[in-house]
Amino acid sequence: MTTVANPPAPAPAAPARRRAQAARLVQRQGALVILVGLALIATFSFDSFGTSGNLRSILLQSSFLAVIALGMTFVIMTGGIDLSVGSVFALGGVLAAWGSQHSVLLALVLPLAVGSTIGLVQGVIIAKGGLPPFIVTLAGLLLARGLLLALTDEGSSTYKVPAGSGFRDLAQGRLLGVAFPVWFVIILFLLGGLILRRTSFGASVLAIGGQEDAAALMGLRVARTKIVTYVVSGFLAALSGVLIASYTSSGVTILGVGTELEAISAVVLGGTLLTGGAGTVLGTLVGVLLLQVIKNVINQIGSLDSDWQAVVSGTILLVVVTVQQYLSRVERR
Amino acid sequence: MKHDRSDGAESTPPAAPTEAVRPTRSRGDYADWVRRNGVYAALALLVVLNLVFTDNFASEQVLRLQLVQVTPVLIVALGMALVIGTEGIDLSVGAVMALAAAIVPLYIGYGAPAAIGLGLLAGVATGLVAGVLVAKVGVQPIVATLGIMVAGRGLANLIGGEIKTIRDPDLIYLGSQGIGRVPFTVIVAFALALVVSFVVRKTTYGRQLVAVGGNKRAAALAGIRVKRVLVVTYVICGLLAAVAGVLLAARSQASDPTKLGLLVELSAITAVVIGGTPLSGGQVRILGTVAGALLIQLINATLIFHDIADSTAQMIQAAIVVAAVYVQIGRRKAAS
Repeated sequence: MTTVANPPAPAPAAPARRRAQAARLVQRQGALVILVGLALIATFSFDSFGTSGNLRSILLQSSFLAVIALGMTFVIMTGGIDLSVGSVFALGGVLAAWGSQHSVLLALVLPLAVGSTIGLVQGVIIAKGGLPPFIVTLAGLLLARGLLLALTDEGSSTYKVPAGSGFRDLAQGRLLGVAFPVWFVIILFLLGGLILRRTSFGASVLAIGGQEDAAALMGLRVARTKIVTYVVSGFLAALSGVLIASYTSSGVTILGVGTELEAISAVVLGGTLLTGGAGTVLGTLVGVLLLQVIKNVINQIGSLDSDWQAVVSGTILLVVVTVQQYLSRVERR
Repeated sequence: MKHDRSDGAESTPPAAPTEAVRPTRSRGDYADWVRRNGVYAALALLVVLNLVFTDNFASEQVLRLQLVQVTPVLIVALGMALVIGTEGIDLSVGAVMALAAAIVPLYIGYGAPAAIGLGLLAGVATGLVAGVLVAKVGVQPIVATLGIMVAGRGLANLIGGEIKTIRDPDLIYLGSQGIGRVPFTVIVAFALALVVSFVVRKTTYGRQLVAVGGNKRAAALAGIRVKRVLVVTYVICGLLAAVAGVLLAARSQASDPTKLGLLVELSAITAVVIGGTPLSGGQVRILGTVAGALLIQLINATLIFHDIADSTAQMIQAAIVVAAVYVQIGRRKAAS
């Protein structure tokens, strides 16, 4: 962002290039290094950390944020941002819980349709109207939260998923000992990675984030690609809401406040540049896991206040972006 | 991508002659007028509507309550306007408010001035961290201030703990009394608005800030110390947020770090943008920002006066935000 002129770099010599490659590796995988290190320390320090029960709970608890962060990754790669995901997540949960009182199908379709529609409207306003994503999705945050309040008598009534409803199995069931939401995450991230690396849509996403004007001149359909990323983000945020409604068997109205910031943190920690044009979905998954492991470790240290979690997460975010910034300078040199 | 559309913005040089090239001159003029004065027109319209439709609107009590309630957002928005003027953004202001307010009751034993001073110092410190990260390290403003926001709120909760009541007589005096019938908090807010407006218009720093926001590279080539201007701007923003936090604590005679200043960053950004300061930097409109903050306050109040549910109120606000920003920049972008 600081656009202080860089002198034209001389052609990199071999050692410099190797150093640049190493820097790039650390920049992309910095969160992974911290994650592995933290997990190792935690395993040796706390007996309860490495137990399969605890690891499973970390995976399960990460999965709701992971689904949201996947959509955010695509939006951020095009150089945008989506602040509405936390509200859409909560709204999706409430709609799913309400719908489950009528039929399982309604519990699935209604929230996903509403989430996608909110994403579509935001995407169109951003891509066709040229308004800044920050402001448009901020309005989306208010709108979705307003809808949620309107549906729940100003937040005072909580819809319950009927006992015995098949909808509960969606997130409470297990396959091979692994909870369904974790399978969702695995499948969605595999799909996301394939779409990003192997399809023309994925190539367009990265090209637009790299340089929008150039992408438009190359004939890429910039507006359409952007709109699709916001639809995907809204869809996935609502899907995460569906999962949490199934998991908790109710539509909790106070969920999702600040979730958009957690999702953005996870994406940035994962090495996706907020300026767009670079990043991986796997990095995002690492970012999500890192945030969850921090939470878990702080819970393990019983004497520590849970407020430390925010302090540590925020500090790690700042440290990681500082290192990333420094390393990307080394890389450019 | 700087549109050098000076159109009488408070702090940009006179209009460039290239403006005349625009083919739809008259429509452009109209759009310009709306962009510059829309916020004042909307504010005036809303006041008139309230005078007609709201019972007891024109009472001193109502007016004073509105002014008192707008002070935190107004003060935060002043700093936000400066940061946005440099093409930045500061998401940490709400957390900084909470942090400053949490510090005050901790050190109130040393007397109100010391406690307030330490609270304000927290704002300077977080602003310094944000400024250094943005200016020297080159982190994007939104990421840098996001990290501070998360960590700052956690820190405020840690040191503030549960709600603390403040019983210091000096602080209570500051929060509840005033000169004549005007509360101190309102006086402080509007005095700060005057000072910031003066700084932007008349000082070297103000000129440099606008230049940096317009084009960092050009500003650097012109000999402006870009990094220092950026750091100073974020420090001012942090300091103003801390002032807002301390005043709010004094007024409510309590500090609740989990709630205080929550989402104020969004209101402040909205106030700045509605007031005609573009998010792309290079212009700062302080009077517009004040009007923007008053407009948001009055919209909220109007919805409350007429018993409109919270849900509807939020949706109306969402529509207003998008409409206001569309008026600000929509036509220009759509044309290009």
